Parts: sequence; C-alpha cells; structure tokens
Amino acid sequence: MNKKGYKLVQGNEACVEGALAAGMRFFAGYPITPSTEIAEISAEKLPTLGGRFIQMEDELGSMAAIIGGSLAGKKAMTATSGPGFSLMQENIGYAAITEVPCVVVNVQRGGPSTGLPTSPAQGDVMQAKWGTHGDHPAIALTPNSVQETYEYIVKAFNLAEKYRTPVVFLMDETVGHMREKMAFKDVSEIELIDRKKPTCKPEEYVAYRPDEDMIPPMASFGEGYRYHVSGLTHDETGFPTNNNEISEKLVKRLVDKVDKNIDEFAYFEEYKLEDAEIVIIAYGGVSRSAKSAVDQLRKQNIKAGLFRPITIWPFLEKQVNKVSLNAKEIYVAEMNLGQYFLEVERVACKNSNVHKITKVNGELITPEEIVQAIGGNK
Amino acid sequence: MKKQEIRLSGSGGQGVILAAIILANAGVEQGLNAIQTQSYGPEARGGASKAEVILSNDEINYPKITKANILLSLTQKAYDKYNSSLEEKGILIIDESVKLSGDETFKVYSLPILRTAQEKFETQMVANIISLGAIYELMGEETIDKDIMIRSITERVPPHTVQKNTDAFEEGIRLARG
Repeated sequence: MNKKGYKLVQGNEACVEGALAAGMRFFAGYPITPSTEIAEISAEKLPTLGGRFIQMEDELGSMAAIIGGSLAGKKAMTATSGPGFSLMQENIGYAAITEVPCVVVNVQRGGPSTGLPTSPAQGDVMQAKWGTHGDHPAIALTPNSVQETYEYIVKAFNLAEKYRTPVVFLMDETVGHMREKMAFKDVSEIELIDRKKPTCKPEEYVAYRPDEDMIPPMASFGEGYRYHVSGLTHDETGFPTNNNEISEKLVKRLVDKVDKNIDEFAYFEEYKLEDAEIVIIAYGGVSRSAKSAVDQLRKQNIKAGLFRPITIWPFLEKQVNKVSLNAKEIYVAEMNLGQYFLEVERVACKNSNVHKITKVNGELITPEEIVQAIGGNK
Repeated sequence: MKKQEIRLSGSGGQGVILAAIILANAGVEQGLNAIQTQSYGPEARGGASKAEVILSNDEINYPKITKANILLSLTQKAYDKYNSSLEEKGILIIDESVKLSGDETFKVYSLPILRTAQEKFETQMVANIISLGAIYELMGEETIDKDIMIRSITERVPPHTVQKNTDAFEEGIRLARG
C-alpha cells in the first residue's frame, strides 16, 4: 500500500473484497473466464471468515445453491460469464418469485455461446433484464473502474437485501481483468443493509405478506419460522395458487417494489454535460473511452459531454429524458450491436437524434473511434 | 514525469503479464496512477500474449495503449504483430532471436534475454524479470525508485524464487546498459 492508502488491485479481486465487506458469507459457482478470479479468491478468503465456498457441478447448480444459502440466512453470491449466465436464467427467475436476496456477477465476454472467452463485450445487457422468462423485477449495476467495482458490489448486496430480489452485477472483461489503484475502506465506514426480519412469533408468521413498503419480512431457515418456498405463483402463505387476482397482484408487486423505488438507487455520472450539445451515453469499460473522447472533442471546440449510467436496470428514464432535453445529438457507445441504444432511443428520440456506436470484435471501443463517429478529427 | 505507455509481448507462459503487474504495482507504490491490462488467447501455453502498463501523474481513463513509448517483444511473432504500435522514436527491446527488417526508426535494444535466462539462471522462467530490468533501465530511474521495484518483485513472485528473480532484474539492468 502506498502513502495515500492505494494498492494495485484487479477488478475481479475488488469484486470479492467488496462482497466480503458487504457481508458475503456464501459463494457457489463454476469457474469461467473472465470471472474465474472471483471464484478463486472467494475460495481462498471465505473459509477464513467463517463463510462457505462451494464449487458446483455447473451454473444451474450454482444459482440454486446461492438461493439455498440465502434462505439459510447468508448473504450469497455467484460469479460467471455469458455461457454460465445463460444457464442461471431459470433460477434467477426462481429467486425473483421466491424473493430471495442474492447477487449474480456476470463478467461479460464475447458471445454468443462460448464466443470469445478472453475478450471484453457488453452483449448481455438485455439478458440481464429479460434473460429469465415472465415479468419480473430486474436490478443491474455496472461499474467502470476497480474502485467502483469495490464500492458498488456493496450496493448490489444492499439492494438485494433491501428489495429481496436477485441483483445482477454486470461487469465486463475490461473492468474485471484490469488492474489499477484502489483504496480499501474501513468496514465501519461502509453502509450495510440487512434483510428485514419478522418481529412476530413464528406461529404468526405469514412468509409472503408484504409490509407497506411492498416487501415481506424474511425469516432464515433454522430460526423456527416454518414456511413454504415455491416457484409456482403463490399466495401470502407461500403455497401455490391459480387464483387470478392473487397472481396479478403478486407479479405487479414484485415489479413495483423495485421500479417504484428507482429514485433510491439511480446511480450515474455526468461529465461536462452542462453545456453539451453532443452527449455520449456509455457504461462499463466503454465509458472510460468515452470520457477520453469527450476531452478530445472539447479540445476541438466540440461541446461534448458524457452521461454514464451505473444503474443500468431499471432504465434511468427520468435522467436520460433530462439529458435529451438539452442534447442535439446523442451517441450510445457500447460493445454490442445496440442494446442499451434501444432504451435510450425509446425515451430520447422525441427530443434528440439518437445514434449508435457499436463494436463486437472483442476489443474495447477506442476514444478515437468515438471521436470519429461523432465527426471530430481523429 | 512524462506519461509512460509500455507494451510487453511474447508467447503465453513467458510471464509478460506478471512482469507488467509488477511494474504497475511499483507505479502505484510510487504514488503514480498506474493501470495494467492484458490480452491473451484461450490456451494456457503458447499463443500470443500481450500486457500493457500505463504510468501517469494524471487520471487514466482509456485503459489501453494507443501508441507505446516502450515495446518489449520476446518472440518474432509478437514483434511482427505489435511493432506498428510503437511510436516512431520509441524504445524497442527485443530478444536477440528476433529479426528486424533494418529500416526501423526505433531505438533498438536487441538483448540476449532468453539465452541469459537459460545460461545464467538455468530457467526460462526468469526471462520476464530480466526483461523487466531492461525496461526499468531504459524507462529512466526517475520514474520509480529501485527499492520499490525490488519490493514489488519480492511481493509478486513465489517466495522461494525471490533471490533468483531479483538477480535476474539486476541482470536485465546490466544488459540494457550494454
């Protein structure tokens, strides 16, 4: 550690350090590039903290295991990349309907299928929202630096615990494998949220009866509160039902408890937006190129700025709309063929021209490519 | 200090990524902004391997190198692939086995890195640290203190190889001095 308290840390390592600071005590996973270091370091560190690490037979099992670990009261996480993320989708839906807090890290690589195992991509943006079937809540955060990975994985746990829902931590190979300086925080300085527990007697506990805030208190298995957990649509007791009214109410509550609280966790960065006529919207690794591009364009007297969502789901509709009110042109730069672009266009097209800058060759978009696409000099 | 953009290239397994990590780590310990990235193929050995380090007093946004000041190439394949990324008057450090076309504009240091590793240290495994010594020498000692470099090596190589690796680092400095 240097005099200012900084250390050279890898993105994946920061993810584990942050998760441990957040209180992660259970990890189940199946190693896959470029996320493997997360499993490796978790395996090394969890036992020393009284936690448990288990390598499962595959990603279906990994996702199932963290749901079990969380039901038993532990803060639980898994980490994977595209192919594994696909396999986890069914059980992510199970966690959503059974309201089990958990964190799923996806360090994105080139796809589809096994694709480009060691190369960065951002092709799983839509999958992070719509990967599992049925209407369901979706929270996804996407960091762009090692420091932010450390700090926002804590927020991912907090959101999972608070809203009782799976949270996707959407990294990319650039951020996961990059090493840069990072400052560790004193655990006492980190704000932690734990799931809400029942205050009633066990025999009075109705497991899926929500409070005013739409979230039911959650008892851990083994604490004497007995209840039923099912992926089938259920009533407040947790037992299956086909009742139309109850079904409609449940699905709407699951979605609303997240969507109606978006102002509580709308994380984003604005860079030189005040007078910007051209706004680049970028996230994760690409946003670093976009920031350099903004500086280059400013030197050419082009009024450019950057809007960078960190909360990528739910979509930051209010903020993007505000950006579009002042921008003439909006460029969405991403390492896919235009996924986040679709959402930006939906909201911003009435006020601005929305363009896409895309790349799927396994390399990070460069600042020069962004500058050129916008019409500046290279 | 001037922003340093250093690219290390070789064949997978030669340890260029570790050398880059040691250098970036020393940069942070020195109080600089440092960033280290890499690219490699899916195979564990062989294939092209490339690691990059940027050292700067300023914030580093785009994490990759556009034009390198220093390029290390331990193999012909790596040199052929990456020589165009070196700036015109940049420092080129190559293993003596790498052949040049002769019309390069770079400051060329053709050093017996792989041979020295084998003959003096009886292992190819220190070729990366010999290279690191050469890079350190040619980067200019004012960028990072030598004792910080030594500490960074000590922290990041297997404990039983510390002496061998610090000796290899010194050897790399000597080779670069010529």
